[in-house]
Amino acid sequence: MTVTILPREKTSALFNVLTLLGSLLAGLVAVGIVFLLKGINPFFAIGEIFIASFGSAFGFQETLTKAIPLILIGAGLALAYRAKFWNIGAESQLLLGAVFATWVGLKLGPGLPAWAILPLMFLAGFIGGGLWGLIPAIFKVRFGINEVISTLMLNYIAAEFVKYLVVGPWKGETKYGYPYTDDLPDQAILQHLGSTRISVLMLIIAVSAALILAFLVYRTRFGYEIRVIGENPEAGRYAGINFFRTSLIMMFISGGVAGLAGVGELSSIHHHLSYPDTISAGYGFTAIIVAWLGRLNPGFSILSGLFFAGIIVGGDAIQMSMGLPATTVNVFNGLILIFLIAGDFLLNHKVRFQRRVL
Amino acid sequence: MLEIITSILVRTVVAGTPLLLGTMGEVISERAGILNLGVEGMMSLGAATGFIVTFTTGNPWLGLMAATIAGALISVIHAFVTVSLRANQVVSGLALTMLGLGLSGLWGKPYIGRPLTTKMHAIKIPVLSDIPVIGKVLFYQDPYFYLSVALGILVWFLMKHTKVGITVRSVGENPKAAETLGINVARVKYLCVMAGGAFAGMAGAHLSTAYSKSWIEGMTSGRGWIVIALTIFALWEPARAFVGAYVFGGIFVIQYVLQPLGISPNLLAMLPYVTTLGVLLFYGMSKSGKRKMSAPATLGEPYIRGSR
Repeated sequence: MTVTILPREKTSALFNVLTLLGSLLAGLVAVGIVFLLKGINPFFAIGEIFIASFGSAFGFQETLTKAIPLILIGAGLALAYRAKFWNIGAESQLLLGAVFATWVGLKLGPGLPAWAILPLMFLAGFIGGGLWGLIPAIFKVRFGINEVISTLMLNYIAAEFVKYLVVGPWKGETKYGYPYTDDLPDQAILQHLGSTRISVLMLIIAVSAALILAFLVYRTRFGYEIRVIGENPEAGRYAGINFFRTSLIMMFISGGVAGLAGVGELSSIHHHLSYPDTISAGYGFTAIIVAWLGRLNPGFSILSGLFFAGIIVGGDAIQMSMGLPATTVNVFNGLILIFLIAGDFLLNHKVRFQRRVL
Repeated sequence: MLEIITSILVRTVVAGTPLLLGTMGEVISERAGILNLGVEGMMSLGAATGFIVTFTTGNPWLGLMAATIAGALISVIHAFVTVSLRANQVVSGLALTMLGLGLSGLWGKPYIGRPLTTKMHAIKIPVLSDIPVIGKVLFYQDPYFYLSVALGILVWFLMKHTKVGITVRSVGENPKAAETLGINVARVKYLCVMAGGAFAGMAGAHLSTAYSKSWIEGMTSGRGWIVIALTIFALWEPARAFVGAYVFGGIFVIQYVLQPLGISPNLLAMLPYVTTLGVLLFYGMSKSGKRKMSAPATLGEPYIRGSR
């Protein structure tokens, strides 16, 4: 038997969806095999994950709560990845957003009413995340420094910086011994929907940000420029695209929306700045898969963000009920991501099996 | 004073050992044109495997072997996805890191907080170890140190002075030409990725069976990412990887030396990462540095056999 592989020109939407679902399913099967090898009933474990996250009212509320940062960051990452700018630094862009918003909330908050302080915090958070996203963009376009490395290093730098703040100069006067800042004043806190932990305002911001970014990518000149930079930089140069300017704007937005996610986590969940892994449960990394599962369409990150929020919530649940370590969810994420990118092979190539004729 | 310097140097070498091992592996892989961002995951898996096998068998050498094999095996996933399926190397590497961290957490959980009874002990080389300063630094270390130096020299020799090195380089620089010379490009890439995985696995085992003698989740704590930065720092040359690994090993140690002086431990913990960025910036700002920083020509690109 011979196998021939030919490039495939176009694929139908249906084939796209089928490949995506097939990859997800294959990923789940692989996760099941890992569970089986560990002596865990895979049907039970995977079932538990989905029941805990989508199967109950409380679970679904938690899923929505965790979907907010994932949608925001995923949409921003989709924008960057369109330009083949491998931003791995969303985790720290989120943190810087939270840091800037904390400063605004604590310094200006007490003297201002809610209608003034909340917009200021969002603005500050966007700027904080955006500026942190600018650094790797400048490094790449001006100095040819690989963005994967720079964004990663910036993740560690930001995490240590936040730790430094909360145990050092910003340590809360009312927080004896704990690595927290003081609580934000009441008017700087986002209200929850009923007894849930969902902030309706954050949900609206996340969904509209994803839709606006989708519009930006597909319907504006800026979006066109981003796609050209990613797909054919040579053509971009001929077309007179200003790489420096476009990359900077793109990364300011990508980092900025991650910063907004940081404001949301701070203002609606934690109410004070604390250790980095408390503020973000690895959202910056999970959002990489969110962007990928959403086919780098920022709008689709609404759906894929919801899906992975469910996996986080379900992962937490089986972690507690079955005594599994917190990193179990990484097995999920890693395997599903591997199968997602492997599945792209079928989208881009035709594979033919032929019996060898003797 | 001499004693303090000796102790700092000893610890520098110990901290540099896993970095050297990991960087050698990544240099091999990237020279063949495959960027593998999975080092953190492969190292973590190596650390867990090395610990578990040493714990159950009581033999740290078996732990070392198992970790090496585990690293090579998990890297096959990356090779298959990026070489055979031509998938995006950045994303595949990140997935590998997640998978490695997850698997090591899952399998290592029962071993958290259980100390090893037999760890890799330091070997004292007679006579040489009695030389002041240098003796303790270079001739009274754990076997991983001697192994990393020997393997490092071997990799340097193979890459620089043998046909193996030319083959690997040509696959990374110009796979089309390599293929016309009768080189099986895909096979070379697979082997180089696996070598990278094996080195990362070893590096991980060093952490859990020689450096400390316990397993905790996340014990690689960013060393895998430093390795990837070091590969650029070393400009893909094994000889420079030695310099880089020990410089960064030293930076790790300096944190602890400076801390008693009242400098925030968190700000000190930034040092390796700030230094990495600083070095890259230094290269990037000078013309010759920028040229040197250019990676193997086809790094990150999938190779399609018989194309054009």
